[in-house]
Amino acid sequence: MKKTFHLPVVIGLVLALSFAGLGALHAARVPGDNKTETNAPDSTPDQQQMRGLDEQVQEVKSDVLSIAAELNQLEEKLLYPSGTQVAIFVALAKGDQMRLDAVRLEIDGQLVAHYIYSAKELEALRKGGVQRIYVGNVTTGDHQLNVLVDGKLKAGMDFSRTQHFTFHKEVKPKLVELTMAGPDAGKTPIMFGEL
Amino acid sequence: MRATRPLIGLCLALGLAARPALGGDSRDLFFGEALYHAHQGQYFEAIQRLDTELAQYHRLDEPALDTLHYHINDAEFSVGDFELDYRMHYRAGRAIKRVLEGSVDDAVRNEAAFRLARIHFQKDQLDDALQALGRIRGTVPEQIKDDVEFLRANIYMATGRPSDAVEVLSHLQNDKTLAGFVAYNLGIALLQVGRQKEAIEQLDKAGQLAAGDPAGLAIRDKSNLVLGSLLFESGNFERAKQSLDRVRLEGPFSNQALLRAGWAEASAHNYDRALVPWNILANREPTDVAVQEAMLAAPNAYASLKLYGRSAVMYGRALELFSNQIEKVDASIDSVRQGRFLKALIREESREDQTWVIRLRSLPGAPDTYYLMELMASHDFQTALHNYLDLEDLRSKLMAWQTGLDAFDDIIRLRKQNYEPLLPAVDAQFQELDSRMRLRLEQRKHLAERLQTMLTAPRPDYLATSDERTAGQRIALIEKQLGNSDSAESLALRKRAARLQGVLTWRLETEYQERLTAAYEHLNELNTQVDALTRQYDAFVRTRQAATHSYVGYDAQIAQLRERARRALERVDTLMARQGHMIETVATNQLQARRERLVAQQIQARYGVADSYDRTARVQSGAEGR
Repeated sequence: MKKTFHLPVVIGLVLALSFAGLGALHAARVPGDNKTETNAPDSTPDQQQMRGLDEQVQEVKSDVLSIAAELNQLEEKLLYPSGTQVAIFVALAKGDQMRLDAVRLEIDGQLVAHYIYSAKELEALRKGGVQRIYVGNVTTGDHQLNVLVDGKLKAGMDFSRTQHFTFHKEVKPKLVELTMAGPDAGKTPIMFGEL
Repeated sequence: MRATRPLIGLCLALGLAARPALGGDSRDLFFGEALYHAHQGQYFEAIQRLDTELAQYHRLDEPALDTLHYHINDAEFSVGDFELDYRMHYRAGRAIKRVLEGSVDDAVRNEAAFRLARIHFQKDQLDDALQALGRIRGTVPEQIKDDVEFLRANIYMATGRPSDAVEVLSHLQNDKTLAGFVAYNLGIALLQVGRQKEAIEQLDKAGQLAAGDPAGLAIRDKSNLVLGSLLFESGNFERAKQSLDRVRLEGPFSNQALLRAGWAEASAHNYDRALVPWNILANREPTDVAVQEAMLAAPNAYASLKLYGRSAVMYGRALELFSNQIEKVDASIDSVRQGRFLKALIREESREDQTWVIRLRSLPGAPDTYYLMELMASHDFQTALHNYLDLEDLRSKLMAWQTGLDAFDDIIRLRKQNYEPLLPAVDAQFQELDSRMRLRLEQRKHLAERLQTMLTAPRPDYLATSDERTAGQRIALIEKQLGNSDSAESLALRKRAARLQGVLTWRLETEYQERLTAAYEHLNELNTQVDALTRQYDAFVRTRQAATHSYVGYDAQIAQLRERARRALERVDTLMARQGHMIETVATNQLQARRERLVAQQIQARYGVADSYDRTARVQSGAEGR
């Protein structure tokens, strides 16, 4: 048997197993073994109290979510009315391996967003997440959008690209989607889409 | 095919809630945004975004035209998943029930029923879980078929129907992702039924299955540990030892396995062999129960081998360890009572990975969380800890929103200050321009109508130029001035005037069609101008309305939101206090129990030291006497 002993690994595994109890995959309880993680129907008063509190926490979460929804609507109405609202979204092309480091956006020559991505955010984009990078106000009519992307390619080379687009703002809210891709993917580096 | 399904098997094997995966092909930006938050563990934001999007979708007259329509099933499931991840089981259950009750195909409905059953199972609502599984009929997605049956077996076992569980698990042994768990659970089910021999063989099989991932390795270790304990209790020490030896030294069950392996050897009176695992254990993390037990078992084994000196030294070490650990536990109890455990919990840096609870011990003043490991491994305590953190997040959000509402008030006040003095003059000017514009539009309309009439009832005089109209008037005036005079000069002039009038009439009559066409063209040219003017007018009206809307009509909504946020904050504070107190009480009780055990072990060690010295002295005096 291997003699090395890594405590953090053990802790991780113990916790991982305890989390296994949260899912359907569940190690059954050994008769007479109180240490086996299981859903014991005969819960202690402490457990009952914890579950009672859990219900109340769920209720308050629901309440706060509904406040958040209303607050969002108010914020949108007050700060970004549909007549002037423009929202810009960033996505990564499916399966693209480029490491997106930063995105800079200029509307009509004005810098409106300069975002530097953390590893967690990049991972979320790679998994299909879409980031709302900017929400602001513009007048109806045509506008210039300059997009600058900095990143690193899979091979380790730096990647930088600037592209210019024009979008037309109408009375309804304007949604712009920018899909980034490294040159390896053989796709347009910055795909522009609008709604 | 919905992208969620291929992941389900894997996620279940890891015991986690299923995750949505669109992989960059989301056609709905807001669903994509919800995923962006969810993939970063920001479930509150994810639920909020997706809830809003789903509510909007369901209000649409033609939802098929909406971009979310392409992902609606994924979105409905995802919101349930996010709610589960955010520990909102009731809402998650409701979200899944909505899918169940909706008009969906068999595969989607059955997956929803499976998910609902899983939630009920997690919440110990076993009858409801079985009932939900009972709703599965027709086509079951291939990817969840085995997961459904595995869940069914687990429910049978939890409801005291092990023979039914044996029946179900027996048919599941080919699923590679579930192999270790199926094999282990089948062994336990056989044990519960009373088929001890078959249970031992089954656990033996489970303990030798190939495994690569941490969960598979851990369940294999557990199988070996349980099997070893069973064999040990039935007096089969040799086979028990073989089974316990299969438990990995670096696994989560290794301490228990080493301890029991030692006991298996000691029970067979192989004290020297028992010392091997116990001495390994003696050098491990001193807060572990098995290590502390080994600290007493090892000197006892030395004493059994009549090595009293060595035994006395080891008892001395154990005594020192227990004294130190009692001090540590006392300090931990003190730390928990002073609220440092809760303070450490809510520190941002303490939540960066899965072992965050354990790493709390490294924070200054925090209790030794190793003593709380067993407690922390329980689902209820984990939920309580996470709830406490969630409440802290909600508290921060609500406080930030209150500041945000103050900022909204400021914005509204400043907009009012800006617009109110300007708007009356703007409105007055607009009204004047509006009336002029209406007049011109009316004139244009009149012209258009007249031209329309002239198509059927020609009126050449209407199309006379101003010069022609002046000339016509002058001719009429001349004719009037000539009156009825019969003088030759008058007659000549009247003839000239009539000729001129004839020329004019001739021109108007002959050029009528061209002039009418030209008039239509001019009118159409005017349309372009009128359209531009109308656009400008509409834009002005919108801007004018937006100016009013930017500061009017928010007071009641803001006041109501402020009140709701205040009430929610009060509730959150109360719940946090109760949840915190609960966590502290349970943790203190756990630490107190460990302290009592340590005190008992300390007494044993003290007695062991004395006894060993006594025996050593007796041996020495016996030797001297001889």
